Amino acid sequence: MQYMKPQTAAEAATLLAQNAGAARVLAGGTDLLVQMKSGMIEPQMIVDIKHMAEVREIAEEDGGLRIGAGVSGQQLGEHAGAVAMWPGVVEAVELIGSTQVQGRCTMVGNMCNGSPAADSVPAMMAAGAVARIAGPNGVRDLAVEEFPLGPGKIALEVGEFVTSVFLPARPKGASDAYLRFIPRTEMDIAVANAGVNIALAADGTIKAARIAIGAVGPKVRLVEEAAAAIIGTKLEPEAEAAMVAAARAAASPISDKRGTVEFRIQVVGVLVRRAAHIAMARAKKAGENT
Amino acid sequence: MKNIHVSTKVNGDEMEFICPPDETLLDALRGRMGLSGAKEGCGTGDCGACTVVMDGRVVASCLVLGAEADGAEITTVEGMSTGDTLHPLQQSFIDNAALQCGICTPGILVAAQNLLERNPDPSETEIRYWLAGNLCRCTGYDKIIKAVQIAAAEMRGA
Ligand SMILES: Cc1cc2nc3c(=O)[nH]c(=O)nc-3n(C[C@H](O)[C@H](O)[C@H](O)COP(=O)(O)OP(=O)(O)OC[C@H]3O[C@@H](n4cnc5c(N)ncnc54)[C@H](O)[C@@H]3O)c2cc1C
Ligand code: FES
Ligand code: FES
Repeated sequence: MQYMKPQTAAEAATLLAQNAGAARVLAGGTDLLVQMKSGMIEPQMIVDIKHMAEVREIAEEDGGLRIGAGVSGQQLGEHAGAVAMWPGVVEAVELIGSTQVQGRCTMVGNMCNGSPAADSVPAMMAAGAVARIAGPNGVRDLAVEEFPLGPGKIALEVGEFVTSVFLPARPKGASDAYLRFIPRTEMDIAVANAGVNIALAADGTIKAARIAIGAVGPKVRLVEEAAAAIIGTKLEPEAEAAMVAAARAAASPISDKRGTVEFRIQVVGVLVRRAAHIAMARAKKAGENT
Repeated sequence: MKNIHVSTKVNGDEMEFICPPDETLLDALRGRMGLSGAKEGCGTGDCGACTVVMDGRVVASCLVLGAEADGAEITTVEGMSTGDTLHPLQQSFIDNAALQCGICTPGILVAAQNLLERNPDPSETEIRYWLAGNLCRCTGYDKIIKAVQIAAAEMRGA
């Protein structure tokens, strides 16, 4: 095995393209090293992307935030601007693993691992986050909802890797929330999860919403019907019920030792409802403070 | 497999070693630098026995490549005491019987020290969440939490 630390995105893309199938990107390594140790994968080359300056920082851009692919969960949680602007995304990232995992893990690595239960992905999708991808043919942007394709499968071409994720600027009176269900309070894989992002109009009705669910299907997905059910409402019981029903209808989980199909469908509805109310309350508060 | 030359700083001392690219920082610390404080419990990031501080952040050294330590600053449990004087956390663990076999203890001490540097007066809940990635099979967590609280109070001069 070779260990490489490219200094530029172009250099990294060349290494990945020339060693297609044999090379693996290393960010925090909290999934990659576990997979290598278990013999699940045996890469011939490790491309450590953390040595490119752009990948290590959180930068303001067009009123939003660009989060580098090497930014650890802890680093994101320490960024006051990120916590204030996208509390749901930050809380999702901060649920990943333990303090030790947080010191290394990245939200981009979480997304690129392609787990249907990844904690940060529903929150990023709800946020309308966009991944910036570098490759042999240059740079492209892809909305996070287009990114997961199935268990362990993501929308990257040969030689491509993610350099950052952009969290857009948000209007006044908008906020988000993320919730997951796990059998214990820390360090477990979500049985179901949900991210909700809400923007309010001046009169307190929901002007825009995005809702994503995870661990209840082969990939994390945006549920447009659930969001449509609450847009134009104040999340009154009727709208809430329609949203929950739409989220449950969109779930296609499997039964395993962590939860049955019925349980997961039930719980994902509960999580969407609770996350929507948290996002709503935060959005109101954000509106009052600005 | 081309071996890699790594220059790093461990507990304030400049260190150089050569390792294969797939060797973990934990194995390099134990096998090449003679620092056997960090323990291998699980090797998969779940138990925290291998915890060290890398560039100011608590990490599981079993999930870090030795090669990644190049240019980094590492602190291990061996760097905690000053000469023969134990760190207040170490003394508190002894005084309050917060250890039995001690396999988990180095990782917990390192993680707890990092917590107290960030927050000298953590609540019990904050301590429990911070140490959630450190598993202990024999002592029971209450004594560990209490030992951290007592050491924290002492370090604050209370
Ligand atoms: C003890 C423990 C507990 C955990 N708990 C949770 C949890 O609660 N929730 C959760 O969601 N996950 C959890 N995980 C899984 C893991 O920590 C997360 O998925 C983490 O976010 C991965 O980030 P990373 O930077 O460490 O990824 P890495 O391990 O570096 O990479 C993961 C995968 O993505 C690829 N990759 C990484 N970065 C890029 C990039 N920029 N471009 C292209 N490909 C890339 C890698 O090649 C690899 O295949 C846990 C892991 C451990 C060890
Ligand atoms: S040995 Fe590293 S976390 Fe268990
Ligand atoms: S003292 Fe034995 S594992 Fe903690």
